[in-house]
Amino acid sequence: MTGSVAIIGGGTAGMEAAGQLARAGLSVTLIEKEPEAGGHARNWYHLFPDRRSGSEVLKYLNDQIDHENIKLITGSRIENFQKKGNEFVIETENGQEVKADALLLTTGFDLFRSERKEEYGYHIYDNVITSADLEDKFRNNDLRLLNGKIPEKIGLLHCVGSRDEKSGNVYCSKLCCVTAVKQAMELREKLPGSRVYSFYMDMRMGGALYEELYREAQEKYGVNFIRGKISEVSVNIDNRLVIKAEDTLVGRPLRMELDMLVLMAGMEMSQAGIRIADSAGLTRGENRFFAPADHHFGSNRSNLKGVFFAGTCTAPMNITETISHARSAAADIIKYLGNGRKR
Amino acid sequence: MAGSASDKFGFTVSKARVIDYDANDKAVINYILEKEPSLRLCIECGGCSATCTTGNFTRFSLREIHILLKRGENAQVREKIKKCMLCGKCILVCPRGVNTRNVVFLARQAFQKYDNNEL
Repeated sequence: MTGSVAIIGGGTAGMEAAGQLARAGLSVTLIEKEPEAGGHARNWYHLFPDRRSGSEVLKYLNDQIDHENIKLITGSRIENFQKKGNEFVIETENGQEVKADALLLTTGFDLFRSERKEEYGYHIYDNVITSADLEDKFRNNDLRLLNGKIPEKIGLLHCVGSRDEKSGNVYCSKLCCVTAVKQAMELREKLPGSRVYSFYMDMRMGGALYEELYREAQEKYGVNFIRGKISEVSVNIDNRLVIKAEDTLVGRPLRMELDMLVLMAGMEMSQAGIRIADSAGLTRGENRFFAPADHHFGSNRSNLKGVFFAGTCTAPMNITETISHARSAAADIIKYLGNGRKR
Repeated sequence: MAGSASDKFGFTVSKARVIDYDANDKAVINYILEKEPSLRLCIECGGCSATCTTGNFTRFSLREIHILLKRGENAQVREKIKKCMLCGKCILVCPRGVNTRNVVFLARQAFQKYDNNEL
């Protein structure tokens, strides 16, 4: 099979699709804005639900793109692309020109900027961190607070920037609940003397083995789950965090002091994806993610012929789903280049 | 409170409804959890309360009692827990396999021990 595909975004979806397309004989150009490919997978210490290490995923992805048919361009942003006849012409910010018969957008997601929820005190109080910061701490094997002490009482707050009209995100980011469960277990494991409290609105444990993980967090790790969203965070005279929530299942307000609070930051359509979509006339949904041509039968197809999507630029997804979505995009593209496209 | 300032001046001070988690004593719940660890598995579905005969006739919810115990709100539970007839229907419906009847039994025992300074 002959033909060429340009992939914009060298994260999980882009790398997986590149490998699939290259092995089918197509020549692939994978364009990544960061100095290295890998995307958000590079930031994970362990994944859920099986606690596989992030570096193992990264190794798998790097193996996928280690192929003679793949040309990787890093450190290069895409501002725009044009369709000339049957060919896509993509210009990178460094003035490189890439031509391709089909285009796959795998621009991914941006993590919700938690400082936007000022009431939680991220970037105001030292000991309020995000789920991504906690992965960093796990990777660096250093869970100490800024004052050098080991946190004993740790809170996790679900739905930061998700299911929240105030931040413009009405959707569920889907991964944060299970991330909270995983991180709660790891905190308890690494800090056996600690107590961990998870503040949730609903426990959305829909993925494979998620509910089992939740059960294990309760049974073996003694993680406490409190149904109620924290309304505000402050500090007391000892510089300890003080949180307010409603314990909704007994209908009473609750006050608690914490050494550390971890905000489960949600996923948003990436700014890079928004720029490309708006300049190219690609349809986006109300949630700002790319809108697939058909939610059931064409989740990789866009409103423009020859332009495809994969991964978290279409909706929040975990790594497993992203890989599957990338493979289905590759199948669509192979079909498009093989039969559908008239030269 | 007879003779208190509030009586003399004709106003009262409302007790805050907030659960002051850190100030509350967890001795009772710790005793229960140690002897019946399955209680950790509760996901607050309310199945136990729905099937409960006592709950159908009086204000009694094992689900609520369980949370109050976990928060150390013992005063509220002390009298309420005596209403349970230990029939055990709640065990049959619990989706997480919590031995709910034993929780009630242990709670009563814990309060007794608490009063005897044995906790």
